[in-house]
Amino acid sequence: MAEQQIKGYQTGTFVVGNRLLDPEQRSTQARTERSNTLTSGHRACQGCGEALGARYTLDAAMRATDGKLVAANATGCLEVFSTPYPESSWQLPWIHSLFGNAPAVAAGVAAALKAKGREDVRVVGQAGDGGTVDIGFACLSGMFERNDDVLFVCYDNEGYMNTGVQRSGATPPAARTANTKPVGPEPGNVFGQGKNVPLIALAHEIPYVATATVAEPRDLEEKVERAMELRGARYIHVFVPCPLGWGSASEDTIRLARLVKETGIFPVFEAEKGEVTSVSKIRRHVPVTEYLKLQRRFAHLFKPELNTGVIERLQAGADRNIERFDLLADDEGAEFPGEATDQAGPPESEPGRPVEPDADSDVSSLLRETHGKPR
Amino acid sequence: MLEQLEGSQAVARAVGMCRPEVIAAYPISPQTHIVEALSDMVRTSDIDPCEYMMVESEFAAMSACIGASAAGARAYTATASQGLLFMAEALYNASGLGLPIVMTLANRAIGAPINIWNDHSDSMSQRDSGWIQLFAETNQEAVDLHIQAFRLAEELSLPVMVCMDGFILTHAFEQVDLPSQDQVDDFLPSFKPRQMLDPAEPMTIGAMVGPEAFTEVKYLMHAKQLQALDAIPEIAADFTEGFGRESGGLVRSYRADDAETIVVALGSVLGTIEDVIDELREQGVKIGALAIKCFRPWPIDEVREALVDADRVIVIEKAFAVGAGGIVGQNVRLALSGCEPTVFDIVAGLGGRPITRKSLRSLFDEVFEGNIEPNRLHFLDLKKDVVEREIGRTENGRNPGPHAENILRDIGTVASDSH
Repeated sequence: MAEQQIKGYQTGTFVVGNRLLDPEQRSTQARTERSNTLTSGHRACQGCGEALGARYTLDAAMRATDGKLVAANATGCLEVFSTPYPESSWQLPWIHSLFGNAPAVAAGVAAALKAKGREDVRVVGQAGDGGTVDIGFACLSGMFERNDDVLFVCYDNEGYMNTGVQRSGATPPAARTANTKPVGPEPGNVFGQGKNVPLIALAHEIPYVATATVAEPRDLEEKVERAMELRGARYIHVFVPCPLGWGSASEDTIRLARLVKETGIFPVFEAEKGEVTSVSKIRRHVPVTEYLKLQRRFAHLFKPELNTGVIERLQAGADRNIERFDLLADDEGAEFPGEATDQAGPPESEPGRPVEPDADSDVSSLLRETHGKPR
Repeated sequence: MLEQLEGSQAVARAVGMCRPEVIAAYPISPQTHIVEALSDMVRTSDIDPCEYMMVESEFAAMSACIGASAAGARAYTATASQGLLFMAEALYNASGLGLPIVMTLANRAIGAPINIWNDHSDSMSQRDSGWIQLFAETNQEAVDLHIQAFRLAEELSLPVMVCMDGFILTHAFEQVDLPSQDQVDDFLPSFKPRQMLDPAEPMTIGAMVGPEAFTEVKYLMHAKQLQALDAIPEIAADFTEGFGRESGGLVRSYRADDAETIVVALGSVLGTIEDVIDELREQGVKIGALAIKCFRPWPIDEVREALVDADRVIVIEKAFAVGAGGIVGQNVRLALSGCEPTVFDIVAGLGGRPITRKSLRSLFDEVFEGNIEPNRLHFLDLKKDVVEREIGRTENGRNPGPHAENILRDIGTVASDSH
């Protein structure tokens, strides 16, 4: 029972504590009737952003559809960790067909439901970034173009994590992956034009496009709810950190998902019929280094020496997003009010939190293992 | 009712009477007339309820059929040649998931070199994909096989490919007896899926299976195909009862009772072969034919029984395993393992080359005269001079350029050197 309007900063985090809210305002995740669509017991890594993203998304979609939901899943981490035979974490009708066809499978399910007069049952397609921006892209674009009645969700962890952390079309510049190692004159992934599927979805002028991160589940839930109010092709691109693939600490998943937005690297917005209708403003503008230094995949930008040139290019990309999407709040200057002293300096540890995972930590040993292993 | 119809139109009408609920297709010759006609029927509500999905590729067509079938809808598509290859990954998925999708394959060659005409290299390339493969000899049979295919697919929860020769059948106008809607409804019950994506009873379809159970799942696919060896003749017999004509089944013999020589083939070429057999029979030659109506599952016992008393078996097929030999021939040899007949492997009709009565006559004469080596691959009507010239060109050492263009130049299709 809230008696006064609660503002995010009052809680000291960016998420308003649910216990302060009127039950009606509580998030799906905070509700006792939460469907646990992706239920516990699955085999995702500790701190997996994709597992969180899928749970937030599907629980919200289940609530919005009163449990009348079918999911079509691409091959990938989400599929593998949720359905090791003979177990399944899925509490909804769920099909996995192939890596590159989830949008078409979902569209086929939607067509069947329409033919059967069961349009009360709704369809979600889901994939990681590989299954969305690369191998599944033709099927996704076709689904958009036909305006099939499917909500397609991309859980973007910026690489092929299931096969051992290789580069995808969504891997950011300079990031180290198993096939963009920090060797040679231009270490890490190349600087390219990028493949911005939210904007490509926008260009299809489908009914709804949104981006979100797992740092703001309420925002993600609201976007899913909005998407389920509409018919036709809808697309939500959820940013989901991957501790294993990124070399980040498991407890930093939410922090990274927040920082990617606060730096401007990942614009959070929504759009209807090709027009951007809202953007999530940056609350505390921080330099990209705040985000980069928490991830071993960018460690080569800081050691053995600071790669100012590459960091500046990454900052320029974030600045371009800020300008393009008008991401700064009115009271927020172009400078960094919450700026850390080490903006361009070598990464510093927060107390008790090493910049790089300890050499003997689970993450780094897992990374060594996955990178050395042929898949 | 008897009508003078193009094969594609006849098949489209038959498929429409089977009441598909989702059709997803992508255009490729020579399948286009079938799906064009079906899109008309959906638009005019002649098929209703039905969703026609104009997908962006054959891979999406099969994928959409997978989704639709898993959601409990009767799903259909049609393709040919490169399209079949483009959906190959999804073909295996559909059969692995046990989804009873029916597909028309308008048989066409596979490139390179690109070629739109008929042979069987497309269906043969997917013979191990877990799909049942039925071959139509005539447009009447193509119509009848589709009606049987839906029932077969749904009884066994397996996908079925109905193969009909591209252009030779799909674009040929001939008399076809189309059944009535009531006849089809009596023969083909509505689809009762054995698995279904249903919120009332959530189920996971397509889970990851490791070494502990993969063999068993694959064994069941094989076992179901073997069940089809029983189901196919039963369904064909039911069909005869309901429709008053024989169509389908596993194999069909022609004048083979006392035959010393039996010619084995699939599809429309049987008509020409039987004409030649009639000619030879008039001359007292003891020759007959065996039509393979169902290539997958392979009716090993029926083939053996049909061929075992012959002295020689001439397999004429429109595809081959490059670097190995005949495909149907290898299967025939498997059926005749330990038996007497000598098997001759003949590849014919590749990329649409006509298989003429004259060519077949001289082939059979050569076999009778002992000029054809058994158990080795022979190419009917091969232009040996052209091949030898091209091989010679390659041996000169200089970069001789692409084979296809060189050969076209040699035979005069391309007038002069482009360089």
